[in-house]
Order: sequence, then C-alpha cells, then structure tokens
Amino acid sequence: MANEAVFSIKGLTKVYRMGEVSVHALRGVDLDLYDGELVVFLGPSGSGKSTLLNIMGGLDTATEGHVSYRGKDLTRAGEAELTGYRRFHVGFVFQFYNLIPSLTAKENVAVVTEIASKPMRPEDALSIVGLGGRLDHFPAQLSGGEQQRVAIARAISKNPDVLLCDEPTGALDSETGIVVLEALERINRELHTTTAIITHNSDIAAMADRVVHLSNGQITEVATNSVKKPPREIHW
Amino acid sequence: MKGQVLAIVLIIVSGVSTYVMFLSTMDSLTLTRDAFYREYGFADAFVSLKRAPESIKKRIEEIPGVQAVETRVVAEVKLKVRDFGEPVTGRLVSLPERGEPRINRLYLRNGRLPDPSREDEAVVSEAFAEAHGLEPGDEAGAVINGRWRRLRIVGVALSPEFVMQVRPGALSPDYKRYAIVWMGRKAIATAYGMDGAFNDAVIEMTQGARAHELMARLDGLLARYGGLGSYLREDQLSHRFLNEEFKQLERSATIFPAIFIGVAAFLLNVVITRIVSTQRDQLAALKAFGYSNAAVGAHYVKMVMLIVAVGVIGGVLLGWWFGGKLAGIYMVFYRFPYLKMTLGPGVVISVALITGLSALAGAIFAVRRAAVLAPAEALRPEPPARYSRSLIERFSLGKALSQPTRMIIRSLERRPLKSLLSITGISMSCAILISGMFSGDSIDYLIDVQFKRSQKEDMSVTFIEPSSWKALYELQGMEGVRKSEPLRAVPVRLRNANSSYRTSIQGIDPSNTMQKLLDSSLEPVDIPPRGIVLTDYLGEMLGVRPGDMLTVEVLEGARPVALLPVAGLVKQYIGISGYMDIDSLNRLTGEGRAITGSLLAIDRERIGAIYKKMIDMPAVAGTAVRADEIKNFYDTQAEVLLFFTFIATLLASTIAFGVIYNSARIALSERNRELASLRVLGYTKAEISYIFLGELAVLTLASLPLGFVLGHSISAYIAGALSSDLYRVPLVIKTDTYAFAAAVVLASAVVSGLIVRYRLGRLDLVEALKARE
Ligand SMILES: Nc1ncnc2c1ncn2[C@@H]1O[C@H](COP(=O)(O)OP(=O)(O)OP(=O)(O)O)[C@@H](O)[C@H]1O
Ligand SMILES: [Mg+2]
Repeated sequence: MANEAVFSIKGLTKVYRMGEVSVHALRGVDLDLYDGELVVFLGPSGSGKSTLLNIMGGLDTATEGHVSYRGKDLTRAGEAELTGYRRFHVGFVFQFYNLIPSLTAKENVAVVTEIASKPMRPEDALSIVGLGGRLDHFPAQLSGGEQQRVAIARAISKNPDVLLCDEPTGALDSETGIVVLEALERINRELHTTTAIITHNSDIAAMADRVVHLSNGQITEVATNSVKKPPREIHW
Repeated sequence: MKGQVLAIVLIIVSGVSTYVMFLSTMDSLTLTRDAFYREYGFADAFVSLKRAPESIKKRIEEIPGVQAVETRVVAEVKLKVRDFGEPVTGRLVSLPERGEPRINRLYLRNGRLPDPSREDEAVVSEAFAEAHGLEPGDEAGAVINGRWRRLRIVGVALSPEFVMQVRPGALSPDYKRYAIVWMGRKAIATAYGMDGAFNDAVIEMTQGARAHELMARLDGLLARYGGLGSYLREDQLSHRFLNEEFKQLERSATIFPAIFIGVAAFLLNVVITRIVSTQRDQLAALKAFGYSNAAVGAHYVKMVMLIVAVGVIGGVLLGWWFGGKLAGIYMVFYRFPYLKMTLGPGVVISVALITGLSALAGAIFAVRRAAVLAPAEALRPEPPARYSRSLIERFSLGKALSQPTRMIIRSLERRPLKSLLSITGISMSCAILISGMFSGDSIDYLIDVQFKRSQKEDMSVTFIEPSSWKALYELQGMEGVRKSEPLRAVPVRLRNANSSYRTSIQGIDPSNTMQKLLDSSLEPVDIPPRGIVLTDYLGEMLGVRPGDMLTVEVLEGARPVALLPVAGLVKQYIGISGYMDIDSLNRLTGEGRAITGSLLAIDRERIGAIYKKMIDMPAVAGTAVRADEIKNFYDTQAEVLLFFTFIATLLASTIAFGVIYNSARIALSERNRELASLRVLGYTKAEISYIFLGELAVLTLASLPLGFVLGHSISAYIAGALSSDLYRVPLVIKTDTYAFAAAVVLASAVVSGLIVRYRLGRLDLVEALKARE
C-alpha cells in the first residue's frame, strides 16, 4: 500500500438531530482508501455504513472531522464544488438502482456520459456489464439484476475515479447478485477504479482487498485479505 | 402540501368571490331600485301633451285603472352656472302648489322644497349639484320661456323619475351639462302661460289595471289637447336606460360567475384528483393497516370539505366586499338616494354547493381509483410505468435531443390526459383574462366608428322647438362656425305586427357631410329619397327587413300615422334610430322645412365665444361637443371598466397561478426521486431545473394559443349577450389584450417556476436513495 490515499478520513462524526433526540450515526471514523483498491464495508443495520459512503460521495455533510479526496477537503466544499465532484469523479450504485424510468438502458447511461469529461460510449459501458443486447429497453422491461447492471454501467461509463456502491446486491437473489459483483470486480481489475462496496453479507467480503467492519458508528476492525476470491466462487 | 392547499383555496376564493360579487351587486341594485320606486311612488304611466285645462285631470282620474294622477308643467330650459362657460340643458318640472307630489316624490338630500309663494326658488338634481358644487343658497341663471331669470337653489333632490339622468339623445349621463330643476307650479305656469293648465301627467295605476286599455282611453281623451301618446314605465327614459343597464349587468352577472365558478370547479376537481393520486401509497398503507375504503375515503372527503369551506367563506366575504365596491361605482351612474346591500342565502348556498360538489366529485373519483386496488398493488408505483419512444423523437429529430429533453417530451407524452388537463386549465385562465379585458378594446372601436365615421360634427345644437332653416343661416354666420348642417329629429313610435318601439327619426339632408350612415361593412351609404332606414338592431327587434312596410306614428304636431317601406338597415353601435331624407320626413310631419337642431364644424379656439353666443340665443336649448361627449363617455365608463378589468385580471391571475403552481408542485412530487437521482449523478441545480421547468414551459406555451381561441369565443359570447338598445358591443380584441393575457400567464408560470425551483434546490438527495420507487 505505498499508494497515495484517494480518500483520507479523519475524526468523521455525523450527528442527526431530531428535536430533543440526537442520533450519532458516525462517531469519529478514521480511514484511508488507496488508489485502485476494492474495499468492502460490513456491519449491522444502522451502524453508519450508508452515512459514511454518502459523505464520501459528497451527498451528505459531516458534523465534525474531515474527508479529503485527493487532498481536497470535501467537508469544506460548497454545493457547486460537490456537484462537480460527483459529476466528474464519482460513480454511484445504489440498492434501488435509481434509474430514470422514462429513459432506455442506453439513455440512462447517456444521462451520465453527456455531462462527463472523458466518458466511454454508453454501448460499451453496457457491454461491459453484459447488456449490449438490451440497449433500447426501458427499466420496466428489465429484471432487477439487469436494472442494477444498467446502474453499474451508468456508474462506470464516465470512467470514474471512485465507485461507491451501497448494497448493490441488496435487492437481488444470490445468482443475480454474483453477476453484478463480477461486473464490479472486473471494472476494478481492468480499469483500476477505487471501489467501495457496502453490504450486509460477510461472504462478499472475500472479494475485497480490505474489509472494514463498522459497528455503532465506529470502525471496529479493518482486515486485509491476502487472497481475493473471485465472485463466482462466493455463495450465500 | 401547504402551498398546494393554499393555491386551491385561492382558486375557490377567486371563483366564489366573482360569483358573489356579481350576484350581490345585481340583487342589491334591484332591491334598491324597487325600494326607491315603491317608497317614492314612481309613476306607472306617463303622458305629455300640448296644453290641457286642469279640469281634465278629473276625467283622467275617472279612467278605469287609474289610482292617482299628478298633472305638471314640464319644459326644457337652458341654465347658466357661475363660471361654467357652457350652456347647461335642463328639464324643468313643476311641483304641486301644496305639499309633496303624490307620484314621483322627491328625496330631498339637502335643503327644502320651494316656497309656493316665491317664484325664484328651485330644487336641483343631486348629480348636477355635485358636478358644480352647488348647495342650497347658491344661485343659477335660467332662460325660461325666452327670458333670463335668476334662480335661488333651496334644495338638492333625487327622484325615481330621474335615476338615470341622460339627456335625450346623449350616450351617457353628463351631470355637468344636464340638470333636472323642480320649481313651484305657479312659477312655471306663469312663465309658460300654463295657468290653470298642464302639459304633462304621471299616473299611478291600480293593482291589476289593464294598462293598454287605460292608455288607449287616455290617448283618446288627450288627443284634443295635443297628447303625444302615453307610455308605460318600460318606455320611460330613465327606467328604460336603467332596465337596459340592469339587463346587461344581469347577463354579466350570469356569464362571468358561471365561467369563473366553472373553471374554478374544474380546476379544483383536477387538482384534488391529482393530489390524491400522488398520495396513493399513504392510502394503501392505511388500507394495509385494515382501514376500510369508506374510512380512507372519509378522511379525504373531510380534508377536501375543510379546504372548500375555507375557500367558500373567504370567497363570500371577499365577494361581498367587492360587491359593495362595484355597487358603489354603479351608484355614481344610477342616482339612487341610498344603496341597500343584500346577499341572498340562495347565492351563498348555490355557490357552496357548486364548489363543494365539484371538489367532492374530484376527491371521490381519485379515492375510488386508489381504493379499488389491493393494498399491495397500490404500494407499487402508479401505472403505467411503460414509456416508449415519443412521437416527436420518431420524426428523426431524436438523435439531436439530450437526455433531459427526452425526459421532458416523454413525460408529457406518457400522460397525455394529464398534460391536456394542465393545458386546459392554463388556457382557461388565459381566456378569462381576455374576456375580462376585451370590452375596453371594443369600446375604443365603437367610439371610433361612431365619432370618426358616422358622427363627424364638432358640435351639435338642439333647438327648444322646431325652427325654420333661417336658424341654420344664423348659426352659419356666427364667428368661429365653419359650417352648419341641418338636424331634424321627430319622436315616433314604430310598429310592425306585435312589436313597437319608441324612438326618433332623424331627418338627413343628402348633402350632409357630418352625419353619415354606415352599411354593414361600415362604409358610408347615402340616404335613400324615399322610405325609412333603420339601425340594424332595431330592424331585428321589429322583425322587418328591407322592402317590408313599417307603421310610423309621429308623436308630435298633428300626429300623423303612415305606412313606410323599410329602405335599408344601417350599422350602428350606439343608440337606436330611424333615418329618413329630411324633406321626406318633413312631408310626413306636414310641418314644412323644419329643423330641430344643427351640426356644426367649428374652430376649437373660438369655442368660448360660441358658447357665449349660444347661451344668449333663446332658440338654443343646448349644445353638445363631440370631444366632450367622448371624454364624458370614457369618464363614466372608465371606472366600471377599470374595476371589471381589475377584478378579472386579479382573479384570472390567481387562477392561472393556482393552476400552474399546482401543476408544478404535483409534478415535483411525482418526479422528486428522479430529479434527486440526477442530482446524485452530478447534475447541477440549473440542469435539473431545465427538465422540470421545461415541462412547465412547454405546457404553458402550448396553452397560450388555445387560451387565445377560447378567450375569443367567450368574448364573442359576452359581446352578443351585452348588446342592448343603448349600445351593441362589437367583438374587437386588440393584440395588446392577447399580449397582456399571455404576459400574466407567463408571469404566473415564472413565479410558480421560481418557487418550485427554490424547492428543487433543497431536494434531499439521501432521502431519494432510500425510498423505493
Ligand atoms: N436522515 C436521518 N435522520 C435521522 N437519523 C438518521 C438519518 N439517516 C440515518 N439516520 C440514523 O443514522 C444511523 C446510521 O444510519 P445508516 O443509514 O448510515 O445505517 P446503515 O449502516 O446504512 O444501515 P442499513 O444497513 O440498515 O442500511 C441509524 O441509526 C439511522 O437511524
Ligand atoms: Mg444503509
């Protein structure tokens, strides 16, 4: 890990205040993510995984602490800067896909490529996830797994520097989930995209370079896998 | 939700207040008129005559159906008021020697009635007194039967006989130049040689009297005394004007509220349907917890009824307040001594029912649609989620479109009904704006036609009585007068089969240059040497066409009756008249070459000197300057028009805003997640605003042409409905009016857009990722 840190997280705290009650979603998280690595975040529900990923992705603000992306402090960035950061550097994949129902698979990808600085062709992005033949289908005409792959194609099509995936297989059966994970793994391997994957499923951790365990808003353990298992060898 | 509820309330308030405003104004004015007529004993029948001995009064009283008779001496006078340089035309009416008149009693606003023993005391009409700031104690000059007299004003009064004080032949009340003067009977009788005689009588009829029999007997009785034909209230000048005005008001009071409440109800229905639809998932959740359809429905019905109740109460209060203002404006025209404001329970109940039912229908429809689904199904997003390539894209354009543009087009095309409803709503508000404003354009046009093409004189002069052509030469020779042309007006009753109409026939000299008749395409036509020409509207009323024969009863002099062919119909927007060649008219009356007035072309700089001369000319009863008439018409109309336009603009803007804002908000709630997703993907606020506002912009722009067409049709309908004896409203809509309506709609869209944009800026991105579509 001689690499430069892509993300450098220091003392990150997030408190949700709802009237009298305040929920501490993150309580002082310190973590560095390195170029090209694939990190899996594990932890029980409510442990703060999504909160952490959302702050890293410039979707949410921190209460305390710092997150810097390649030396730039995201916690100090303004609205426009964060939008630019998401637009040019981050690819997102979410549990519920968040596709635009009125656009075809190809157009859903084009939504991103049209505004990116060094995009691939939407067709190519979809071929990578094995959907080269379904370009003109609308989301409603695709299965859940296929929709998630479209979302992955959308996320990688801009050639992002980082890929942030929040439970990409959460809504899928294991077989379909594996196809999706393979796509992610392949992109990480071939394009060297720094990839963070949130999951509930500890089996998936086997495909990571490092596994970060979260509990109650804190990192309890960071494990490094000496051998990475290819997704197709994972079962759950 | 808060903003949307507010917008719905505003729509209801607009619709309801318009409805209440018009109907309460209408009801109040009618109530006021009826009360004034009743309390001050407005006559049922009227008759003028040359001169009859007072003993005839007894004979009139004996006619069956006559309850009471009041005989009077009535004359035209010319007045001079302080430093007002123009002659004022006045109508002099006698008051009984003792006590108040039994019929057409005066409402004394100020001062007292004349002392019978004083010959110089007079009471003047309130409108005239106000226009000149006259009060009891002031003086005015009058030419009474050719002699100058000094009158002491002792009182200011109103009379049911002169609610509308319009000088015969004028197009609008002119309080500065027309006055009613009441004086003691003796004073007037002496001046006019009417001692022990009368030349005018007003009659109160018994309940259930046979009016036509009574009139026939009366006319028979008075024929020997130069009777000019009795007539009923419906032909009495003030009442007829008032009636026509009320008729117009009544029509406006039907059309405008109907349109407004209709549009408001429609929008309400649409908006509520859509709001309930966007709450499907909540509905489904309630059902999943075991609430029955009825219970869920009741929840929405309660909510809707609450909104409607707030809107109706607000609308009724606002409408009542507007109604007071509008009635107040009318009170300047109609000289009632008081205004009795009223708001019938029927008005409130009907408006509450209309609004409540349409809202309810919307709510029930939407709730039903949601309720028939199984809860699980309802939890899923609303079908159809199927998109397809839109029509526009299939026309090859497709390749050039960006994804956001595609989203706009597909979203519009996917739900054509929704788009259509939005367009209908917006275009209706545009149409209301146009129909509320076009009358201003029409009046400009009407004035232009009347005074630039038809009545081209600078000044018209009317004589006290028919005179010889010599008077014309006298005027012609006056300093400042460039040209003088004859004017001859003969009062007549025109009859065809069962319809008849009291008006006057204007005698036209074929060589006239200042008075022109216009054909249906507004081109000047010559007066035919024989037969009678009628205003097209009159022809229609009488049911005659060119070539038909028409009975003409002359109501002056020897009162000849003749059967004349209708030689043609002419277009005229103001007033109703017959026209004949002046010589052929004079042959009909048998009075030789008589004229009753003159049209003048003058040097405007010399007008002061002309007035001075006119005041001193005993034969001259009054003058009317065209420019003043136009100005006066605008002054009196302007206030009503401005008020109308103001209200229409205000309410239509509210409706436009309500619809557009609601469409925008509903669309926002429907697309919230999509837009948030795009923000997550790195789209800027400006870029997602484009998608969202683009849809709004397309809908708004598409609505404008439709709004113009609708506005034109509604205006055409209103123009037709507003036509009356007094004037016909031509349908003229200026580009400015269209532009203004468009501007208001666009402004509403921009404001709605800005508000929604502000909300777009505060989208919760994280939230959108959690929610399941
Ligand atoms: N908008 C919010 N307002 C208040 N509390 C919140 C909000 N979002 C998250 N939280 C709280 O913060 C904590 C961490 O939430 P987070 O979504 O990060 O958990 P998570 O690890 O992703 O859980 P899951 O595996 O269930 O997705 C939870 O206790 C949650 O209740
Ligand atoms: Mg989570």
